[in-house]
Amino acid sequence: MGGSATRSAAREVILTLVVAAILIAAMPLLIGTYTLTVLVIYGMLGLSLGLIWGFGGILCFGQAAFFGLGAYIYAISAVNIGESTLPMILAVLLTAGFALLLGAMMFYGRLTDVYLGVITLVVTLILFKFINSTAGPQYVIGEARLGGFNGIPGFQTLNVPGDPGAYIWGDALYYVCAVALVIVFLLVTWLLRSSFGRIAVGIRENETRMALMGYDVAARKTVLFAIGAAIAGLAGALFASWAEIVTPTLFSLGQSAEIIIWCIVGGLGTRLGPVVGAAGLAYLEFVLGQQSMIDNTLIMGLVLVIFVLFLPRGLVPAIASLWQGSVGAFGRRRPVRRMRRARHG
Amino acid sequence: MAETVLETAGLTMRFGGVTASDNVDFKLKARELRCLIGPNGAGKSTFFKCVTGLLTPTEGHVFMRGQDVTGWLPHQVASLGVGIKTQTPNVMDALDVHENIWLAARRFFDVSEARARTADMIDRLALGPIARTELGRLAHGERQRVELGLVAVADPWLVLLDEPAAGLSAADVDRMTAIIHEMRRSAAVVIVEHDMQFIRSIAEVVTVFHQGAVLMEDHVDRVMTDETVRRVYLGKKA
Repeated sequence: MGGSATRSAAREVILTLVVAAILIAAMPLLIGTYTLTVLVIYGMLGLSLGLIWGFGGILCFGQAAFFGLGAYIYAISAVNIGESTLPMILAVLLTAGFALLLGAMMFYGRLTDVYLGVITLVVTLILFKFINSTAGPQYVIGEARLGGFNGIPGFQTLNVPGDPGAYIWGDALYYVCAVALVIVFLLVTWLLRSSFGRIAVGIRENETRMALMGYDVAARKTVLFAIGAAIAGLAGALFASWAEIVTPTLFSLGQSAEIIIWCIVGGLGTRLGPVVGAAGLAYLEFVLGQQSMIDNTLIMGLVLVIFVLFLPRGLVPAIASLWQGSVGAFGRRRPVRRMRRARHG
Repeated sequence: MAETVLETAGLTMRFGGVTASDNVDFKLKARELRCLIGPNGAGKSTFFKCVTGLLTPTEGHVFMRGQDVTGWLPHQVASLGVGIKTQTPNVMDALDVHENIWLAARRFFDVSEARARTADMIDRLALGPIARTELGRLAHGERQRVELGLVAVADPWLVLLDEPAAGLSAADVDRMTAIIHEMRRSAAVVIVEHDMQFIRSIAEVVTVFHQGAVLMEDHVDRVMTDETVRRVYLGKKA
């Protein structure tokens, strides 16, 4: 059994890599790489919430806070350091550290779901208000002025590690972001197959039972929460490098709500769903932004309502079960076990 | 003399003006099987929850193998090697039987050992045909059996079961009895139960709770024939 599990894992990694390589190569033929880059970054952000909500049962209303925090940490440290490698690492680690503290406070305080949502929401609001109010010249970290509502422009964007003059932008930035997303996706896959990931799913299903079996639920949720925040922080840093400016709107409530909608539409409890939901809806919004007939948010609201009513499990699970049904009708060549895995992720 | 694995001293639990558990002194020896009975509201479940850490007692102490565990959290109590089954079925509904039992085994054993013990437990409980079925789709008796498997697979030295026979068919009860006897080879077992038939078939020493306090503690046959117990609990016909 152990051998076959390893083999199926290896097969899945190869399949992921092949599909990803084809998509990365083919997508620029359809959509410009500038837009694609941000779609990929949003995909990573969607995955970060998809991990902690879909597999850990932690509904965080403030995933945008970690996204914005990653972007700001990157921007501030890039201004001060003048090279992008260390700021990238800082953006991931400091965001995770912040989430670790926040998570420990919430999970050891035994807050239930609703209060957890409220607290993460309020933290996002506080960050938004605070950054907005930093317009004065006294708000300086090193050489970086926080700049209030105007944000921080003109920081060092992503460069080849060790060579600040060799900027990574345009097509190259797209490929870097896409590869980063694939790596994060594979890491999430590995995490979910590990004991830690399986235990996290157990906690999602029944916290009391897992505690009665001897698992420290608070500690495990805190760690998972921080991992999700680290991914969001990385996405934020990449976003900062793409946009070449960070502004407080990164922390806005609209952004937080959008991430949740991505997960619902794409399919909660799958790894692919939130990525597809994020990229798909962000692209839809981009296309809608080019016309002025109908208000954007109206259509997004409609999409959400349609999905909640007709595809409550989300896009990816729906397609997976459709695929399962059609294959089942055409013969029994595919073993059932693979189908079940496809449904879960 | 066998070692005392579970002891409570003056255990009292009050909810506002209600004293649900009243000055309970309780002792359990290694590999002993003890049934707790009593009418509804007698304080059995409150006592159970205080021992497992689901509630923190207002007064008194809980000792496990001589260690003071009063005020510990459930996961800390469980980590000592205490298997706990709550009154309502408490399982991971969206996960299959194998995963449920594996999760319990993984807490105390490494990956390969956990897998081996899980397979072994599935065999012993005759759960093979439904090993890959999600718990949410199983019948009540099967779920109870899986939950007992969760408890047993971790190889506990103290097992606390709250109403394991509730709602089970006769065949399920027989299987449950067999599993409990098997667990007794290495563990002390406490069973909170209503089902008198089940108690008669399995019990040796019985502790009777009444209005939060221990009314009597004796062999099952003497308890069943005791006048006071009959009056407070069994009614006239037993």
